[in-house]
Amino acid sequence: MSARTTLRRRITLATVSAASVALIATACTSNTPTAENTADGNDGGGGSSQAVSDNDAPGDPIVIGFSAPAADHGWMGAITSAAEAEAEKYEDVELRVADGTNDVNVQISQIEGFINDGVDAIVLLPFDGAALTDVATKAMEAGIPVINVDREFSSPFAARTTVLGDNYGMGVSAGQYICEQLGDNPDAVVAEIAGIDSLPLTQDRSQGFADALSDCGLDVDNRVAADFTVQGGEAATANLLQAAPQIDAIWNHDDDQGVGVLSAIENAGRDEFFMVGGAGSANVMEHIKAGDSVLQATVIYPSTQAADGIKLARLVAHEKNMSDLASSGVPRTVQLFAPVVTKDNVDQYLPSAFQS
Amino acid sequence: MSEQQVSASVPTNKPDADESARVEKAASERRKSGFMSGAAGRNVGLVVALLLLCVVGFATGGERFLSLSNLMTILSLGSVLGVVAIGMTFVITTGGIDLSVGSVLGLASVWATTLATQSYGWVVMVICALAVGVGAGLLNGLIIAYGRVVAFIATLAMLVAARGLAELIAQKRTQIVDVPAFNDVFKGNILGVPKIVWIFAIVAVLGWFLFNRTTFGRRTVAVGGNAEAARLAGIKVKRHLVYVYALSGLTAGIAGVMILARTSAGSSTNGLLLELDVIAAVVVGGTLLAGGRGTIVGTVLGVLIFTTLTNVFIINNIDSSVQQIAKGAIIVGAVLLQQRLTRRTT
Repeated sequence: MSARTTLRRRITLATVSAASVALIATACTSNTPTAENTADGNDGGGGSSQAVSDNDAPGDPIVIGFSAPAADHGWMGAITSAAEAEAEKYEDVELRVADGTNDVNVQISQIEGFINDGVDAIVLLPFDGAALTDVATKAMEAGIPVINVDREFSSPFAARTTVLGDNYGMGVSAGQYICEQLGDNPDAVVAEIAGIDSLPLTQDRSQGFADALSDCGLDVDNRVAADFTVQGGEAATANLLQAAPQIDAIWNHDDDQGVGVLSAIENAGRDEFFMVGGAGSANVMEHIKAGDSVLQATVIYPSTQAADGIKLARLVAHEKNMSDLASSGVPRTVQLFAPVVTKDNVDQYLPSAFQS
Repeated sequence: MSEQQVSASVPTNKPDADESARVEKAASERRKSGFMSGAAGRNVGLVVALLLLCVVGFATGGERFLSLSNLMTILSLGSVLGVVAIGMTFVITTGGIDLSVGSVLGLASVWATTLATQSYGWVVMVICALAVGVGAGLLNGLIIAYGRVVAFIATLAMLVAARGLAELIAQKRTQIVDVPAFNDVFKGNILGVPKIVWIFAIVAVLGWFLFNRTTFGRRTVAVGGNAEAARLAGIKVKRHLVYVYALSGLTAGIAGVMILARTSAGSSTNGLLLELDVIAAVVVGGTLLAGGRGTIVGTVLGVLIFTTLTNVFIINNIDSSVQQIAKGAIIVGAVLLQQRLTRRTT
């Protein structure tokens, strides 16, 4: 055990590890060389027709502060990029985007920063609605309108306007679509692949689904929960397909995990049923368009809600009205619709779909 | 290792001339105290538990449970977990822990599926996944052995960092495998058995051989039983630890390739929380968390128990919250049952 052998050993080990790093560097290459990957041209807008009004006309320059959780999955990534794209359309809007974070303390300090800067409005998708309620109330008290997106605050005084998706409505839309397709067959087997079961949003989606199915005399025969990941979706589905040898329709809550769900279905070689997705990712919509899989439809949970938040924040800051409403002032709550995308209308939704 | 253990088992006589004899001796220090005599009893307990599960599965699910295709589903689902668990068995036997396996698996699956890596074809994809695994494992091992950082902390750091790097590379997107040759090689069946189950079988057999029939395996047991005694017996403990963590990284890399074969997609969320299932399976299998005792057969049985359990629950359409409670109960139950049987046979 002399110093010399130790040194020699160190050198061998260092060589081995250096070699392995070099191997990785040469064998594995990055995503950068392709243009396709950077061109995530999400224009954010739903491509809907605009009402004829002077709302889009430039007004006094305003500063909007924007904060959202870390973009750790496709949908959340699209939230921020759609908001940025929306703000880009208005020359009177300067958007200050805080770095996405899943740490509520950091997010609170970001909002405090916006208050100190005296921004004209704040668009906030809180990591946890209850945890951000206090600081949002503080902003409102300082005279800065807060637009709450997706995850609701626990106090009505914390936001001027709230933009929400419709989780219950997603379940209803999926259930109604399946009813339309299977309605005349009360014995049809319906399966459900949920996301993380402990989340309120999953419970809302499942409740809406069950309620809509019961309207046409159907119920959920087999239900599994995955975890919003590709791998979790694959594992849950592989077991589900064994549990139910004959299925007529499946609703999968989430298109991110849907990649794994589809893979499990392909691995099992099953195609006697049709599947409805959830959230509305671009690759699911492409499957629907191509008709090359069991995917027949998906239900949208808009990834453009924060973009809507930006638009509303601008209207509030400029003290304008929503041009398609007779009443004055921007509404307190806007709950977005969860439409069903099928082959017939997929072209309308594909441009605003997110990349999973 | 505690001070008492060190002083109790320091070999007093002259070391044997032949190195493998010395290693054998250090390893047997621990094995005398129950490894050989207890192993059979433990595995019988696991087999009984697995059979009980199958009886419950058949009673409640009938042919849906007992069909050949369901058996293959259980084996396929156990394969990814199983391969990682083989590597983990070595690590835990040395008295260490590798919390980073799930993240390293995710990183391997992501790096192997970047558009540029995919453009080089399936061989490079596989080499890339394995290299990422081995590289991460080597780094773990070097930090633990030469940096003298506790394994729990070093691999916890890797868990966080590898996941972050995977997110950065994938830009939080799901990367679909678009190489037909990759799917041809890894998807589908050989002799009616899915290819990834074959991979698991090969890794398990190689792992068993390495653990039970080679000096490497003996050294692993010796290091975990008593690192100081092992060092005095002439085992290069630090270097051995590096190899063991590299092996664990390698199995995570292999599992990364298997995930790609299963899901056709590289994602930074692949392998999320996998480390917990892997450690649970290894410990239920009978490998001692304190080190010095390990069993590959037990690990394979532990993995099968967990995947069969999930399958039986889903066949019966049982609420996922109930599943979690039952899983916890079964972990405790299996370990208690093992201890019973071990005591009786020794």
